[in-house]
Amino acid sequence: MALLEVENLQTHFRAPDGVNRAVDGLNFHVNAGETVAIVGESGCGKSVTAMSILRLIPEPPGKIAGSIRFNGRDLLKLSDREMRAIRGNEISMIFQEPMTSLNPVLTVGRQIGETLRLHQGMSKSQAEARAVEMLKLVGIPEPERRVKEYPHQLSGGMRQRVMIAIALACNPKLLIADEPTTALDVTIQAQILDLMRDLKHRVGAAIVIITHDLGVVAEVAERVIVMYAGRKVEEAAVEKLFRSPRHPYTQGLLGSMPKLGSSLTGDETRLQEIPGLVPSLKRKLDGCVFASRCAYATDMCRKVAPALEEKAEGHIAACHYAIKEAVAA
Amino acid sequence: MFAYVVRRILATIPVMAVVALFVFSLLYVAPGDPAAVIAGDQATPDDVERIRQSLGLDRPYLVRFGAWVFDIMRGDLGVSIFTNLPVVTMIQQRIEPTLSLMVVTLILAVSIAVPMGVVAAWKVGTWMDRAVMGFAVLGFSVPVFVVGYLLAYVFALELDWLPVQGYTPFSQGFVPWFENLILPAIALGSVYIALIARITRATMLEVLQQDYIRTARAKGAGQPSILFLHALKNAAVPIVTVIGIGIALLIGGAVVTESVFAIPGLGRLTVDAILRRDYPVIQGVVLLFSFVYVLVNLVIDLLYTLFDPRIRY
Repeated sequence: MALLEVENLQTHFRAPDGVNRAVDGLNFHVNAGETVAIVGESGCGKSVTAMSILRLIPEPPGKIAGSIRFNGRDLLKLSDREMRAIRGNEISMIFQEPMTSLNPVLTVGRQIGETLRLHQGMSKSQAEARAVEMLKLVGIPEPERRVKEYPHQLSGGMRQRVMIAIALACNPKLLIADEPTTALDVTIQAQILDLMRDLKHRVGAAIVIITHDLGVVAEVAERVIVMYAGRKVEEAAVEKLFRSPRHPYTQGLLGSMPKLGSSLTGDETRLQEIPGLVPSLKRKLDGCVFASRCAYATDMCRKVAPALEEKAEGHIAACHYAIKEAVAA
Repeated sequence: MFAYVVRRILATIPVMAVVALFVFSLLYVAPGDPAAVIAGDQATPDDVERIRQSLGLDRPYLVRFGAWVFDIMRGDLGVSIFTNLPVVTMIQQRIEPTLSLMVVTLILAVSIAVPMGVVAAWKVGTWMDRAVMGFAVLGFSVPVFVVGYLLAYVFALELDWLPVQGYTPFSQGFVPWFENLILPAIALGSVYIALIARITRATMLEVLQQDYIRTARAKGAGQPSILFLHALKNAAVPIVTVIGIGIALLIGGAVVTESVFAIPGLGRLTVDAILRRDYPVIQGVVLLFSFVYVLVNLVIDLLYTLFDPRIRY
């Protein structure tokens, strides 16, 4: 049994002009201790997926359907109280915006200590002491002083370290990181990724990392799920995906990444782009969701939605024309 | 932090000086001659002139202002023209009822209005939110004296739960003192409650959209903790500001409320003094009210630093 099994997840939002199907029939699983990346461009449903797992989607206007089994329990069937006992304890989350994700009027120590007091029944002084340890663990110098400071006294990188300290304080089994490095500059990004990898080994948590940065994916992930328009279009181990992407969307994403050592001037070295935008999710899409932007699309693509098929061992994609290798058995 | 406190306290001095000049000038330019009032209808112009001289009203403006300020510094607000009692004594006799009314109203209003606003923001768009907003509109639009008479009619005359009017000093026990203040405090506080509830709701709505509230939820914090710790502390600065500004409403409203409920306080003293053109009393009371207002706002400024660590210039 996998640690997390998401089946037919549908997160829809009621809007004045229709229903926005932000996530529409998503299936995936995460094994204990594994790092899975979910990639895709803005508006493809990555963050909504993350928020749905922790049930942080405001309902209404949101509505989550399907099943999200964590350690065999369906999170969507839990009461609010049971769900609160899981949040920050067994599953925790790191957000994209370290500058605004910490409460400006509470000390860092109090914010780290809050999860410990909520979930582990620690006293105020125990929690404070543990907060100092956590700050040391995430590599913040002078933790005894920093623990009494407020977020505005810390830099962006330090705040993200504090967020990680909060997330890992209760030794969660699953850590969801929603674009954890997007708001940081490149050197800090590398430090934060190193830190996450290091702590993952120490704590033994599985990680779902949500990003649009394929560099980050290559750096940390073992398996990759490519999302487009609220659906999964491709999934494979990270080397396989980078070596032989099957879906034209994944190919486009990889093609739009600058390569180390390539010249960035001249016509032939111009980075590829995927023309157009993610289609509106408010009307029902016939055929392949990517057809409107795909260079290879045919009439069949526009009429019949391709199913997710195993194109090679452990490599699935939803495309009529993706090259299929002989799959054993 | 210490420097901030000292700076804020020093900053109140020029404000008080301007207030003093304004209070003094207001009566200097006001129509009517106190000397003529004291002298009465039968007085000759000579009599009036003599009284004017004895009151020092014939001296130049700045000299009179200087003498007045100098007296204030020594705790002397002058002598009432009408009763011949020192103004300080008259204020001392009347200050307890007004102070009691204001404090009870303040505590009652804040402890009703803030939770109301928080709940309205939490349940935004539901019947609870609409009920709070409806009450707020009512509180704003119905004048204090109407609310006062209505409350007195229902709870005192019809139901006979509370006294109709009057004031019992605190020294005669907490319960009779408090019983006499409930109705006036609600009447006086209705506008105040409406104001605070609205600001609380608006600020909380904004704060509840912030990323750190999502973080708190992701940590597994419960709804009360999210509302009253994570959100309300962030919303505190605008709310406290409005509470401070609202003290001015209370001072104005106290005059009317004291008349409706026959409370022998400073409000009544002020009205009587104005009717009799009792200049020293008017000056003393207005100056006291201004001083209280400046003091309250100083306290508010200092409270900011308690709620928001970023305000520590």
